[in-house]
Amino acid sequence: MTKLKYILQLADTALILGHRLSEWTGHGPILEQDMALTNIALDLVGQARSLYQHAAEVEGKGRTEDDLAYLRTTTDFLNPLIVEIPNGNFGDTIARQFFFDVYNHTFYTELQKSKDATLSAIAEKSLKEVKYHLRYSSDWMRRLGDGTEESHQKIQTAVDSIWMYTGELTTMNEVEKEMLSEGIGVNLESIKPIWTEKVKAVLAEATLTMPESTWMQSGGKDGKHTEHLGFILAEMQHLQRTHPGATW
Amino acid sequence: MNLEEKFQSKVDQEIKIEPKDWMPDAYRKTLIRQISQHAHSEIVGMLPEGNWITRAPSLRRKVGLIAKVQDEAGHGLYLYAAAETLGVERNTLFEQLHDGSAKYSSIFNYPTLSWADIGSIGWLVDGAAIMNQVPLCRCSFGPYARAMVRVCKEESFHQRQGFEILLALSKGTEAQKAMLQESVNRWWWPSMMMFGPSDADSPHTARSMKWKIKRFTNDELRQKFVDVCYEQAKVLNVTLPDPDIKWNEERGHFDYGEINWDEFWDVVKGNGPCNKQRIATRVKAHEEGAWVREAAMAYAEKQEQRKNKVA
Repeated sequence: MTKLKYILQLADTALILGHRLSEWTGHGPILEQDMALTNIALDLVGQARSLYQHAAEVEGKGRTEDDLAYLRTTTDFLNPLIVEIPNGNFGDTIARQFFFDVYNHTFYTELQKSKDATLSAIAEKSLKEVKYHLRYSSDWMRRLGDGTEESHQKIQTAVDSIWMYTGELTTMNEVEKEMLSEGIGVNLESIKPIWTEKVKAVLAEATLTMPESTWMQSGGKDGKHTEHLGFILAEMQHLQRTHPGATW
Repeated sequence: MNLEEKFQSKVDQEIKIEPKDWMPDAYRKTLIRQISQHAHSEIVGMLPEGNWITRAPSLRRKVGLIAKVQDEAGHGLYLYAAAETLGVERNTLFEQLHDGSAKYSSIFNYPTLSWADIGSIGWLVDGAAIMNQVPLCRCSFGPYARAMVRVCKEESFHQRQGFEILLALSKGTEAQKAMLQESVNRWWWPSMMMFGPSDADSPHTARSMKWKIKRFTNDELRQKFVDVCYEQAKVLNVTLPDPDIKWNEERGHFDYGEINWDEFWDVVKGNGPCNKQRIATRVKAHEEGAWVREAAMAYAEKQEQRKNKVA
């Protein structure tokens, strides 16, 4: 079921990034930013729920949103690697978020045209949230880049180290190609130049240097992950796995 | 009438005291202490619950918990803002929290060991907090009273959410039922302590009541809590860990057993299971955030300068 895989890819992406951001709750650098990161986490987990519910329906085997989130293993997860990278410092989190938000904003804009009515509706609803995420992470890129010497250095380091995970966002795998041909998925090739353009513009305003390296990590969307994902799932899934069949 | 008499007469007539009004120094100090303690409790309270966000057992529970902890951050914000109207900066209050000179609710110095604890915190801890806080909506100090109206609305939602988590466990597997009872056993007495020392040992109560900062005594509120929880425990099919709880026909209330005040004072003094851990976590977040706050300030200044140049 290619379509199921496609929806799971989107759902896993939202869930894992939401999970990472939720690790900040209570630990943010400023109370207002603690709330903002938590808010984005909340939006993403909410999006993941809608997507898993749709996936469960498409699969039609009686699995629930929770079965899909809590009872699949590391190699079953189909999110791109970038969302599972550990939070690092606030700058690392902002750089990861910014690169992702630029992609996600363009992606959901296009997904609104999907022939799958549910995906299109989810895209429309999510886009309202993602617009805010993008504004938030872009603002912080500027603040940190053009803030103090220390912040400039930290955010540049963050940009440089997360860069190798950005390519996967706009590179199509087989599932995405098939979904595009059926009018359900988004053409990532057409997103790529928009992504590059937008990233370039914000990095310039932030007085940051865009990395030149073109070598990119990939594999997450096909289930080949970093070592980090296993720990995320071990933590996230432990109650469901300890108490099989229980209702919460 | 002198200033103090005028002030008291306003309080007696239930006219709100506003930040610019004259107020006795001790009134101001009491409020700063109380509001900041309350704000700190919200912020520190995010930690034991936040502890379970990444482990929440279903997506629905995860969303509920994230939203709840975020509400607490919001409560912290309004309360710090209410304290600021009395002339004290948020940063000063943070310093007092970090160096241990300011207190926060001792309940958050207990660990969350199971998922049921998230339910127990909602049911018992938020339940006790609501008993304390609903009367504060009528507090004589305007900004505090107004902040509390919003806080209480959200708290009562949290309390229901917590109860519902426990209700699901009570209808679950044997392991879930055991998890529920074990958690209530741990949280009951610390929740009872949340109302503070017994009236006989609470020297400021009389003055706070005269100033209408406080409307009921600690023991009155504690009694109300026991009366309400007894019935709710039956619905959850749990036993409250107090063999002395029984209906007293004459008083029209439930009697309850002796609170372990040694434990209470121990935790207040910093010797609870998580006091050091909680403060260390807050200090770490604050210190690691310093460069971010500095960057935001520097950026804002640069933007201001650029704007001025253009103008």
